[in-house]
Amino acid sequence: MKKFKTFFILTVISVFFTTAYAAIDVYQFDDPEKMDRFKVLTEELRCPKCQNQNIADSNAEIAQDLRAKLQEMLTANKSDDDIVQYMIDRYGDFVLYEPRVTNQTYLLWFGPFLLLGIALIIVFFIVRARNNRSEKASNIELDTHQQQQLDGLLNKKKGS
Amino acid sequence: MPRLLLFIPLALFFILGIFLWKGLSIDPRELPSALINKPFPEFKVPSLRDANKTLTKADFIGQPVLVNVWATWCPSCRQEHNQLLRIADEASVPVIGLNYKDDRNAALAWLEQLGDPYQFNIFDERGMLGLDLGVYGAPETYLLDAKGIIRYRHVGVVTQDVWVEFKAMIAKGWADEKI
Repeated sequence: MKKFKTFFILTVISVFFTTAYAAIDVYQFDDPEKMDRFKVLTEELRCPKCQNQNIADSNAEIAQDLRAKLQEMLTANKSDDDIVQYMIDRYGDFVLYEPRVTNQTYLLWFGPFLLLGIALIIVFFIVRARNNRSEKASNIELDTHQQQQLDGLLNKKKGS
Repeated sequence: MPRLLLFIPLALFFILGIFLWKGLSIDPRELPSALINKPFPEFKVPSLRDANKTLTKADFIGQPVLVNVWATWCPSCRQEHNQLLRIADEASVPVIGLNYKDDRNAALAWLEQLGDPYQFNIFDERGMLGLDLGVYGAPETYLLDAKGIIRYRHVGVVTQDVWVEFKAMIAKGWADEKI
């Protein structure tokens, strides 16, 4: 009985969640290719109002307006670049989920590779230092007396 | 030397701490406007009071103005309304309304009931001028210089402090304004 109750509650909750995400308006296109581009673009563009959603997910007024504008521009045969530029001109780089490569974002894009490079260099030096040390350890020069002692010990071991 | 190296984690902790501390006072909702230092977009939109009258940018060029984006569905707009009335009373800077995605009758009733601080109102029913302006929610207030260049955008309620800031900016002027 208790299991059933939990199941029931979870089902009710999940029903509410699906309705929260369902798109409300339907956009018509004369060409299925435009429909695909519409999908891609609405997922790439970020809603300025509800900042952690793209305009496909958000039902904020502004996201609805931007979707309508997007449809209008696609229908008018505007290219993806034109559309993205149109959005940037109005809402700034903020609307892009994937930041463009500019002077300001070089560090963002290439910083990780820089860190990786630095880490590799450090690893290289550590490994080399370690190799040198173990090489030194194995190249200890023995004088004649020590050599005799060593040979004696080794022979003794063999003999026993 | 190795003893000094032991302080590296402490130093990192402080650096991280400074960034996190700074992060506390940053409001992520305040986006820089993409239109700062750019001209106010051209438009031809009807007036709120008279549907037959078309307003354009030429109607407010010549002196610094505030363009206030508002709507009757916006609770914060009601909150800032009294401050807008005080600004209008001072009469130093005209306030122009951009009635954003609103109902004409509701907007007129609002002005009737709460008072009208606006010199005139642009009636942007579909929000297309708002879109050109990069508006993402009401209220927003734009400060324009005498040539109609957008100099500042304030997102949220205009308070006395914000108004004082606006006035300071106008008094100071802008370096490239007189070219």
